[in-house]
Amino acid sequence: MARILEKRSLTPVTKLFRVDAPLVASAAEPGQFVIVRVREGGERIPLTIADYDRDAGTLTIVVQEVGTTTKYLGALEVGEEILDLVGPLGMALDIPAEGHVVGIGGGFGAAALLCLMRELSARGDRTTIIIGAREKELLILIDELTEVCDNLELCTDDGSTGFKGFVTERLAQLIAGEGPGRPDSVVAIGPMPMMRAVTETTRDTGIPTLVSLDPLMIDGTGMCGGCRVTINNEVKFACVDGPFFDAHQVDFDEAMRRNKMYVAQEQASKNRTACQSIAAEQT
Amino acid sequence: MPLKRVDKTPMPERDAVLRSHDFFEVNEGYNIARAQFEAERCLRCQDPVCIDGCPVKIPIPDFIHRVAAGDMAGAAKVLRSANPLPAICGRVCPQESQCEEQCHIGTRFVPVAIGYLERFVADWEMNQEPGEEPEQPTRPEKVAIIGSGPAGLVCAGELARLGHPVTIFEGLHAAGGVLRYGIPEFRLPKEVLDWEIEQLKRLGVTIECNIIVGKTITLDDLFDEMGYAAVFVGTGAGLPQFMGIPGENLNGVYSANEFLTRVNLMHANDFPSADTPVMVGRRVAVIGAGNTAMDTVRTALRVGAEKGMIVYRRSDQEMTARVEEHHHAIEEGVEFHWLTNPVEVLGNEDGWVTGLKCIKMKLGEPDDSGRARPVPIEGSEFVFPVDNVVLSIGNKPNPLLLQTTKGLEANKWGCLVVEDETAQTSLRRVFAGGDAVTGAATVILAAGAGKSAAATIHRDLCE
Repeated sequence: MARILEKRSLTPVTKLFRVDAPLVASAAEPGQFVIVRVREGGERIPLTIADYDRDAGTLTIVVQEVGTTTKYLGALEVGEEILDLVGPLGMALDIPAEGHVVGIGGGFGAAALLCLMRELSARGDRTTIIIGAREKELLILIDELTEVCDNLELCTDDGSTGFKGFVTERLAQLIAGEGPGRPDSVVAIGPMPMMRAVTETTRDTGIPTLVSLDPLMIDGTGMCGGCRVTINNEVKFACVDGPFFDAHQVDFDEAMRRNKMYVAQEQASKNRTACQSIAAEQT
Repeated sequence: MPLKRVDKTPMPERDAVLRSHDFFEVNEGYNIARAQFEAERCLRCQDPVCIDGCPVKIPIPDFIHRVAAGDMAGAAKVLRSANPLPAICGRVCPQESQCEEQCHIGTRFVPVAIGYLERFVADWEMNQEPGEEPEQPTRPEKVAIIGSGPAGLVCAGELARLGHPVTIFEGLHAAGGVLRYGIPEFRLPKEVLDWEIEQLKRLGVTIECNIIVGKTITLDDLFDEMGYAAVFVGTGAGLPQFMGIPGENLNGVYSANEFLTRVNLMHANDFPSADTPVMVGRRVAVIGAGNTAMDTVRTALRVGAEKGMIVYRRSDQEMTARVEEHHHAIEEGVEFHWLTNPVEVLGNEDGWVTGLKCIKMKLGEPDDSGRARPVPIEGSEFVFPVDNVVLSIGNKPNPLLLQTTKGLEANKWGCLVVEDETAQTSLRRVFAGGDAVTGAATVILAAGAGKSAAATIHRDLCE
């Protein structure tokens, strides 16, 4: 069990939780994830560790309420407990080359850049974060991200703040030498289409690029093989070999297809939960 | 002397058509009359060789005589003195190749149904009021156990009985290991597993779930930070193997581990009441013919498949599943395709499984395992139209602990290397047993390894 110490709404559907998990916090490294289960009969879902504080024994996770489990999680309040939380899982981020590292966060993936970019900044890399969203109100953790990098670049589809356009368009400008300049390496975390677009943007530039894959998982320890992804024609388990992979070697078609395997069931589950909450309100 | 009957007393089973649509247990268990009837068949041999066939050395004739005499409490005590998990082993042990294979009656007739009797006694015990609280461990040397599968549970139970405070660390959210996520409810009801685990807790065993040794804490932490005097590694063989054929990553292809875990651990059979789904179409092909393959195909029928098939490249003679499981699968309508080797999983343009392409095989010369080597018959390829493919072709030991523990040695298959006599690994005061050492084997072999490791650990700590 992990007690919730702090809860913040970052957008109407994105919640940040700081939870008490001393063992996990003391072992956590940037880029790793945890698996949580929020109720009896509930699913196990992976969540990236956004940040951790070893001294305080706390973990920060950010969740976007898109399905049944994330909705249950998002409804938890300070003082309540996450039923099961296990980790840290996966391999920590390993960026060997020093220099100018650009971290790209799409949507709530921006949160995952917190501890990751802080660590890179601390070891002496020049760091740039590019985050993007549809509009200004949906950009998250701007103050916190400003603190952990040298340059924070904001992108919005509607131009309500920062650069008007996609994160990949801004990235292309950086590669061309604009703003903070050409990256020596790129790491992207966020929705699959965005990570894929980043991958295509850097493919012919020779810039090493990592993406953080988040396939469906159950145990997170290599036992079920549900999270298998194809990297350079070789099957890997994202839970133990990942979550970071060389973006240019990832079979995105397969990864995106496998993530949609249960779309119909997810919808059924969501509808059921919605009906139950309407029924509960009416009684 | 009672009349010795040649056949064993039949086990009452639920109707195959009914049971293949639900998860209630297939075998209903002996009642007291059947148990005593069967117990009377035991010859009370001077030299009880059945015990030699038992990995945990249960005093088999002793407990059986007590059943015959109506002393169920005594029988339960004898059983439990040798095996901390009788209700489980009585259900899932391959007795036909262990104790019952040795049974003297078996040389001419059908051996005594030792397994059914073990189960009867354990079930009897389960239905009694709990007795007095057992003595709690008082020795100063604490022992940590990694993994709550059969090896870990038995090792914990034995060590607690020998007076050591024991903590089991389990990575999943519920204890039991493969007994929880692998073996289905219709063969091992979870309430039986829960009850056995409860008995261990009464002995003073603590179970910490959601802790992965090698990730959350290290093996060194157990000694240096947490004060354990010895560690037993029972991390099992939980790394599924794939065939490496084209199409294995299509939607609708599972490892048996994933398929069974979704149902057994996550209760996908109750979806959408439980939140985890499992994708089952009309026709499911399971590749492999071990007990896990039988569990998988029978589970597939129970979660809605109309047709369940076993596809195996060898013949029924080389099948590793228990006779009883094979027999139950036949009764439930499972199709068996022997000497059939999958070569490709076929899919549609959306990436969903549509078929399994196979080639016919014939048996050739014996291979390394001593079994006849299957050889492909050229030009015999054909396609099974199927909606799901589940691979049940074996597991390798899970490498997580190895990756983060310096000096812990494994062989080229990833199995931990231990001294035969002591079960000690390459690290001092670190012992190991079960599938983590042997590679995927049976519950009872793991239990036996856990038991003998407990004895060495106790000796090692108290000398």
